[in-house]
This record gives sequence, C-alpha cells and structure tokens, in this order.
Amino acid sequence: MTDLVRDSLDHCVKCTICETFCPFSRVTPLFPGPKFVGPQAERYRGPGSSPDASVDYCSGCGICTQVCPQDVKIAEINSQARARMWEERGIPLRNQLIARPSVLGRLGTPVAPLANWALRERLVRALVHRLLGIHHKAPMPRFAGRTFQRWARNHPSPTTDRSVVYFHACGTNYYEPGVGEMVVAVLEHNGYRVVVPPQDCCGLPLQSNGNFDAARKYLRRLVANLAPHARDGLPIVSNSTSCGLMLKREAREILGVEDDDLKAVSEATYDLCEFLLLLHERGELQTDFRPLPLTVPYHAPCQQRGHGIGKPALDLLALIPELRAIELDADCCGIAGTYGLKKEKYEISMAVGERLFRDVTEAGADLAACDSETCRWQIAHGTGVCAVHPVELLYRAYGLDQRAGTNGG
Amino acid sequence: MTHDTIVIGAGLAGLTAALRLADEGQRVLVVARGVGSTHLAPATIDVLGFADEGVESPERALQQFTDAHPSHPYARLSAELIAAGIDWFKARLPAFGYRGGLEENVLLPTAVGVAKPSAVVPETMARGDLRAGGRFVFVGLKGLKDFYPAYLAENLGRVSAVSARAIEVAPPLGGEADVGSLGFARRFEEPAFWDAVVGELAGQLGPDERVGFPAVLGIRNAGEVWRELETRLERSVFEVATLPPSVSGIRLFEAMTDALRQAGGRILIGSPVVGTETENGRVEGVVAQAAARPTTHRARSFVLASGGLAAGGIHVDSYGKIREAVFDLALSGLPAANGRPPFLPTYLEEHPLDRVGVPVDDLLRPTDADGRPQYVNLHAAGATIAGAVPWREASGNGLSLATGYAAAEAILKGHE
Repeated sequence: MTDLVRDSLDHCVKCTICETFCPFSRVTPLFPGPKFVGPQAERYRGPGSSPDASVDYCSGCGICTQVCPQDVKIAEINSQARARMWEERGIPLRNQLIARPSVLGRLGTPVAPLANWALRERLVRALVHRLLGIHHKAPMPRFAGRTFQRWARNHPSPTTDRSVVYFHACGTNYYEPGVGEMVVAVLEHNGYRVVVPPQDCCGLPLQSNGNFDAARKYLRRLVANLAPHARDGLPIVSNSTSCGLMLKREAREILGVEDDDLKAVSEATYDLCEFLLLLHERGELQTDFRPLPLTVPYHAPCQQRGHGIGKPALDLLALIPELRAIELDADCCGIAGTYGLKKEKYEISMAVGERLFRDVTEAGADLAACDSETCRWQIAHGTGVCAVHPVELLYRAYGLDQRAGTNGG
Repeated sequence: MTHDTIVIGAGLAGLTAALRLADEGQRVLVVARGVGSTHLAPATIDVLGFADEGVESPERALQQFTDAHPSHPYARLSAELIAAGIDWFKARLPAFGYRGGLEENVLLPTAVGVAKPSAVVPETMARGDLRAGGRFVFVGLKGLKDFYPAYLAENLGRVSAVSARAIEVAPPLGGEADVGSLGFARRFEEPAFWDAVVGELAGQLGPDERVGFPAVLGIRNAGEVWRELETRLERSVFEVATLPPSVSGIRLFEAMTDALRQAGGRILIGSPVVGTETENGRVEGVVAQAAARPTTHRARSFVLASGGLAAGGIHVDSYGKIREAVFDLALSGLPAANGRPPFLPTYLEEHPLDRVGVPVDDLLRPTDADGRPQYVNLHAAGATIAGAVPWREASGNGLSLATGYAAAEAILKGHE
C-alpha cells in the first residue's frame, strides 16, 4: 500500500459518515461498508492472505473519500487492498477479459454485426453467463464497427493558433465514435485545432479489477504518448470522465505511479465540460446556441464528482435557450465500469441504480444527460431513456448536426 | 466561477447560511472538506440548556448569560435575531414539523437516559418531553447495538420524576447480521417493517404509556412513519436521538441540501480549501483542492463555517500550536502560554481549549487583536467562532443556526 494512502488511515475517527453514504452497502450485506473493509480492516491486513474477500464488493465509486471530513483515502485503501487480494488469489479469467476494453474493441470492431448479434442473443448470453460469469442481462454496448481513431486520421482539423489534445478513451473509439466527432466539432467551433494522438486504454478497468501491474503498463504507454503535447503547453481534454480522472488523480493515488510524464499529463488534463466552462469564464466560448426546447435530467457520475470541479455541465446546459436541465442528486447508477457486468454483482448494481432510474423516469424526459459512457449505458438499460453526453446537446444547440450532415452516434 | 457568496463548510451553520442566501436569489457555492456535524448530532435545536444551572427558558436566560460571558457568540446577536433564525428554520423545513421556540426548553431523554434541554425539536421527538412526568416505555430493536432501552429506562428513572421501562422487539431483518441505525431507518421506510413492529407491541403497552423508539423511524418519510405509529399504537410516540451516525441529523442534511440545490445553490464536498486570495482587506477567492490542480472560486462575500477543534476548522498540531485552518485568522480563548496544562485531572470539566476560536464583531466578521474586522466581506458561523462551550451549554445546533442565519442576514443587508 502506498504511504499516501496508508498514512491517511490514522486520521479515521470512526465517525461512520462514509458508511452512511455508501451506495453499495446500502443494498447488499455482502459489502459491509467502506470504513469496515477500509481503514478498519486494513489494520488487520498483515503479511499473508486475508480470509475476508468482502472488499471485492466495493465498486470504487469514491463517494466515501469525498464525504470523509478527515481526509481519509477510503476508496483508495479499498482499491489497493482489493488489488493485493487478487494478487494473492489469482485474477479470474473474466476479470482479465472485461478489463481490457481496447483488446475487446480490436476483436469486436471488424466483426461488429456478428458480435452485436451475439451480445443480444439469449442463448449466447446464457452461455457467457455460465462459462465466463458475465451476467446475461448486463448492459453491453454495441460495437460501432468503425473506430474514432480512423475517422480522426482522415479528418483535417483546421489550422488555428490554438490547439487542444483530445483523449477520447476506449468507449468513444470502439462504441461511440459519433460522440468523439461531436467533441471535435464543438472544440473546432470554438476555434481550436484538435490533435488526436494515437492512444490505447488508460488502465482504469484493470485497476478496478485489481490488476495493477497491467494497469500501470497501459497507463505508462498512454502518458508517454500524451506527455510531449502536455510539455508543449497543450491542454488535454477528455469526454470520458472516469478515464480523465485516471490521468488526473487515480494513477498517482491508487496505482502509485510517480513520474514526470504522468505529472505533466495530469496537470494538463481537463474534463471536457470543465474545459468548455473555463473558456466561457474567460469569455471565449461561442454562445451562438439555438433554442433546444427540452427538459433534460442530468446525472453527474461518481467519477465526475471525483474531479472536484462541481458540475460544469449544468452551467453549460444553462447557456442553451429553452433547455431546462434538472440536477439529479441520486448518488450512483451502480454500474461502476465493469462491476455491474459481473454475474454475482449485477443485481446489486441494479439495486444501487434504482433511485437514479426512478428519478430519470419521473422526470418524464425523452433523454437524460450524463458524462460517463458506462453510466449512460446503465441509465438506458435501467430506464429505457436514451442518455447522452452533455456535449451532444451543445453540438445540437450549435446547429453542428445540420452543418456536418451527421447525426453523431 | 464567480458566485455571490461562498460558504466554507457543510455543517448546520454553513447550510443555514447557504440556504438563506440562495432563497434570496444569491448564487451560492458551498465548499467543504467533507460532510459535517449533521451526521453526528441530533436534529434538535438546543439553544441554551445549561448556564450555571439548567435553563428553563432560553429567552429569559440569554441576557444574563451573555452578561456573564461577554465574549460568547450569543453576545454578538440580539434575541430577536436568534428568534428570527428559528422562525425561518421552522418554516423552511415544514416536513420536520419543528415545535417550540426560545420561550421554554423541553427535556428530552437521551439514549443513555439523561434529560436534555432543547428549545426546538422535530415533531417526531416532541412527545418525549419529560417535564410533566408520567409513564414511559422505551422500545429496543433487537440487533441495534447503539440503543439499550433497559439502560436508558433505569437511568431515566433515577434522574427524573418519570416511570420508565423497556421492551425489546425483534422485527425480521432479512437475514442481515449487522444492522446499524441507518440500516434500521431504511427498513422503517417500508410499511411492512413497522407493521411487524406494531404487531409485536400489541398487548404489551399500558393505556397511559408514552412510547419511545430510537430515532430510526425512516429517513425521508419519518413524519409519516411517526404519525402512522401513533395512530396504530393509539399512544403518544416519540423518537430518542441515538449515537452517531445520527439518523435525525442525516434527515436534516438531506432536506437542507435538497432545498439548497432546488434554490440553485451548488455544493462541492470533498474539496478542502487549501488557499485564499485576499486583497485590500477583502477576500477575493478561495482555492479548493481538486483532482490534478487546485481550483479558485471567487465571490463577493464569504462565510467561514469550517467548524471548531473537532472538525479541523481550528487546527492543533502535536506541538500545541493552534491556528485557524483556512485564513490563519487571529484566535481568542487561547490558554496563556504558561497557563494551565492542556490536560486536566477531571474528565468532564471545561477544557482549556474549549473556547478557542475566531473572535467576531457584531456582523460576525472575524476580528484582529484590535477588534477590527480582518476582511470586510468575511463572516464566520458555527463552531469556528470563539467563546462557546456547546457540549456543556447544550447550545451546539442553536449556535450554528443562529450564527449561520445572522451571517446570511449581514450579507443580505450589504454590511461591509
């Protein structure tokens, strides 16, 4: 365990505030709570393996760390303890597989029609459920059949005096390239040349599944690609709020990576909505928005809240005439990346999301907004309501959908 | 991001100031290290329970109390302002059905069977008032480790003129081994659960007994559960505040943050303030910790409600050096350098550090050694302010509410 995380344990005064906020211990006795498996159990984790595996039921949402009044790194303690546990026990094949979105993406993209058919075929899913342990009802995204990287290579971004690096992450690349195109269009509309460096997975799913070594390899490769741009003074922008948080904070605080490349990249990384709102604060954001007469419930995902930047999407959406964004305060959708895909955790994940699903449904809107891709898929799965990244609303309000002749993703 | 007012701290004082200001149309941001005292303290508003002796009427006792303690935060506030804060609070949170005011304290039983004076109490607790005496029965829930009705009843019988006894019920918990207060509260949100409790109590209650439950009767629908229990049991029912985590305080946090969001306020929890920007005697901004890089938030006015020694708003290091954690403001109530040692031989005496905090003027602005405001647009609220000993005075939430409200009023009136 890294000192940064381990040392924070001594600040725990056992107030149990974290336990009252944990969305997972609320719905399952299998997870005894963040304090219990974290600062409390950690004191008893000596050399050798622990018989207690309940820390695996922590989703890593990070709410406990946010609400802790004593700065205890509770979620980080739990992530590191889980990694140690899996190191000792051996990581199951399923967890190895679902933690490598770029491998899955490279395999699935060329055979997208077949793969998408199989993922919706009940018999196949029943087999996968039984053999691999991926729940047969879990929301699996559709392969787009093309990659954002390929589109970006053929897309000449206009030459201007302002450039931004776009870290699109795996979800955009393999499943939602249309969202990536919208991000590029919105940034270009605001006078930026968009640089899309080659990039692979950031390692976040591997980290969540306890495979820190593999996660660090992916992470280091990614930051090596991004660091030269950061050193040139270019901001790095990401619409994947959880992968962006990996670069900003988790790589250092959870994986324990300390190097100059990462430092340069961290400091240059912005969540997309954070970046756009900063432009607006400087008076540099184009505000030629057309009215969008929509009511949109907005859910800030847990990892978005981990950025500590408030909810810039709400301020951006407020700029669009006739659009009414409703701030939802349900804590977590339950999916937590790959957590809700697992056979033994799917029901838990749906129970966690219940309140959010209810709030989205009660808002009575045709679509919802949310920054994180897996959370959007979970919201759609739990409610039947289409969930979009806030950038899609900005894109439409700028009228870029009509200009580009695409309808995004 | 520019706001009208930034409130530092998300305890009762901070949320009160924030909500009051947001209601008046201000753009308000609350930044906080974490969640505050609401999750530890009950939702009763204890204004002044003990002066030299037990206080029967805060209204009558306050003047004499502040005369005797001129550096107490209440000495900075008029009784009218304190009363106005209470009226606002009661009206703003109608779901709690708060009863009472400054006129008289009720005496509510605590979980250890002590009679505690409170000025304003949620309707779910009000019928626990011990002053008129009578017969009480306290209902324990099997499995709830933080509430021992037999201990409560026995202690209460010793210290007050009531007769008290205990019953334990064992409603089905659904197989879970370890359920805390909040777990019980979530179960009480389901009618089937309290139905089982009512069923178990049938025939066990005396005709004139008042029935006390641990304060776990639901979270968002506590008023409803309480009313249902009164109807079904055909007796007066009340809740007894429990040990942390305090379910009644959690209700307060949920209700106030909901109201704040609906009034357009923003809440940023998990982002401790790590720096400040000040210029010409004004606070221009605060720098809050965020992933990768600290973020500056600017506003016209600021409320410092970061708590006292327990919450870290006032920080003591291992060398005994004491400082206000955000602005490094001047402190008062410090023990003399060669004065009494920081530990006393008697456990429950006033501690030499109890009154340490930020001295304030009549607009609750932190002052320097000469009594002048350190920053014209910075106000303090809650336990950050020097001069009170809430745990001895039974004044904690009362001070938080009164000073949070008063700080907001000072800002709204444009005092600078």
